[in-house]
Amino acid sequence: METINLLIWSFDALLGLCLLWLAWRTLSAPDLYKAVVLFVAFGLLMTLAWVRLDAPDVALAEAAIGAGLTGALLLSALARLDPAVDDQSIVTQKDNRPKSESVQWAAFMSLILVAIGLGYSVLSLPLKFKGLSPEVTEQLVNSGVENPVTAVLLNFRGYDTLLEMAVLLIALLGVWSTGNKPKYDKPFSSPVLDFLSRLLTPILILVAAYLLWVGAHAPGGAFQAGSILGAVGVLLLLSGWRLQKDSSLLLIRLILLAGPFAFVAMAVITMMIEGQLLQYPPAHAGLLILVLETTATLSIGATLAALFLGGPPHLKNEESP
Amino acid sequence: MTITDYLSLTLMITGAIFFLAGTLGLLRFPDVYTRLHALTKADNLGLGLIITGLILQLESWTVAGKLILIWLLVLLAGGCVAHLIARGALQRNVRLWKR
Amino acid sequence: MQYFYIALALFLLLNLLAGMWRILRGPSVTDRMLAAQLFSTTSVAIILLLAQATGKQHLYDIALIFALLTAVTAIAFVQRAWPSREIKHDDH
Repeated sequence: METINLLIWSFDALLGLCLLWLAWRTLSAPDLYKAVVLFVAFGLLMTLAWVRLDAPDVALAEAAIGAGLTGALLLSALARLDPAVDDQSIVTQKDNRPKSESVQWAAFMSLILVAIGLGYSVLSLPLKFKGLSPEVTEQLVNSGVENPVTAVLLNFRGYDTLLEMAVLLIALLGVWSTGNKPKYDKPFSSPVLDFLSRLLTPILILVAAYLLWVGAHAPGGAFQAGSILGAVGVLLLLSGWRLQKDSSLLLIRLILLAGPFAFVAMAVITMMIEGQLLQYPPAHAGLLILVLETTATLSIGATLAALFLGGPPHLKNEESP
Repeated sequence: MTITDYLSLTLMITGAIFFLAGTLGLLRFPDVYTRLHALTKADNLGLGLIITGLILQLESWTVAGKLILIWLLVLLAGGCVAHLIARGALQRNVRLWKR
Repeated sequence: MQYFYIALALFLLLNLLAGMWRILRGPSVTDRMLAAQLFSTTSVAIILLLAQATGKQHLYDIALIFALLTAVTAIAFVQRAWPSREIKHDDH
């Protein structure tokens, strides 16, 4: 039916234009609080765009990170910019002096050139381009899972995922080495917040486990589940949850390292058995992928929560006044 | 189009009207507290009616259960967040609108 | 029937765009956060309608994540980023 195509086209066009306009307003907002909220809205619309582009795994990750974690992270960072979140007219106004005219013209011309170049290369691609999907579908039976995205991430290109885990760890080490002691929130400042965090935490953990399990045959997987676990950590930190025992500090560090080390261990083992890096024996590939994904989920969740905390976790009695 | 189709269509259009009411309230109401009131109506009734309309169209009960779970979670989170924001606004002496 | 799902999704998207005005105008940060909350609920409805229109069942998980995680952003705002003295910005 023609009307359906017209409706779908107008939906997509509206979404695309709105994304562009929102990006412009986010960058040009003089007030940083407004920019942060616009960025959160941008993340929401981006998820809709991924859904329309038929990429549900990316949409899941964007929903978890863009709608939840990035907003919390940016708001928390904004709060730390001001000495006492009181007088923000000094800090949260950006420097909006207009640049000189020649600089503006140079920027405009280079943008036009880049746009022409991009447009030409996009338009010269063949319309029906299969890419690597026939090869992936053909090898899917040997990969141990039924979701092609998980197969590519964890099996065919497992090397990339290993390096991504290492990058996350290095980012965390970078944040920890800036030297600031993290501030914890006042515990349970409201009974409603107490109730909400106690109810949402087990539900979020269940949803993370569900996404991890379902990633084998439907959109989901380790990164999405890991970001939900990160959101659990953020929620607990915001509600005033503190570590109680001394041994928890060591446990947290072990969890943070578990993901990358599991990948490296798997790489070494498969190299010794099969002769090639991360070449799983096809009979056990499903099980090995599940083990890797589980450790990766825990590690990613702990890393994201630790990034939100902003420093190495410590116990109550070590806190500086 | 069967009777079920017409029924779910009516429910969904009513839900969309509540979403419109929530957005209008957000745009037109004079202060934070009234705007908060408007947007929780979109949460509650708007989403609830749309989900009810969608459930009538489904074939399996597990998916219907998932949709009801989504609605209950939106209710829960929306209600608690509304309370927290209103309480915070009162603590920061945000003025209530008086006629 | 599919026609109606997409028409409703388009209507909700227009609603979402209208709500954008509140983010741009809203004199205080609280108003902007309220608009973000509304966006999230509207996005849940849009995704559910799109899921029904295209028949892809796995999109319901995305709606589930939205429903759960908007609360986290709102709690971060309430607990950390809410300025004690609101400065009114009624620029563009």
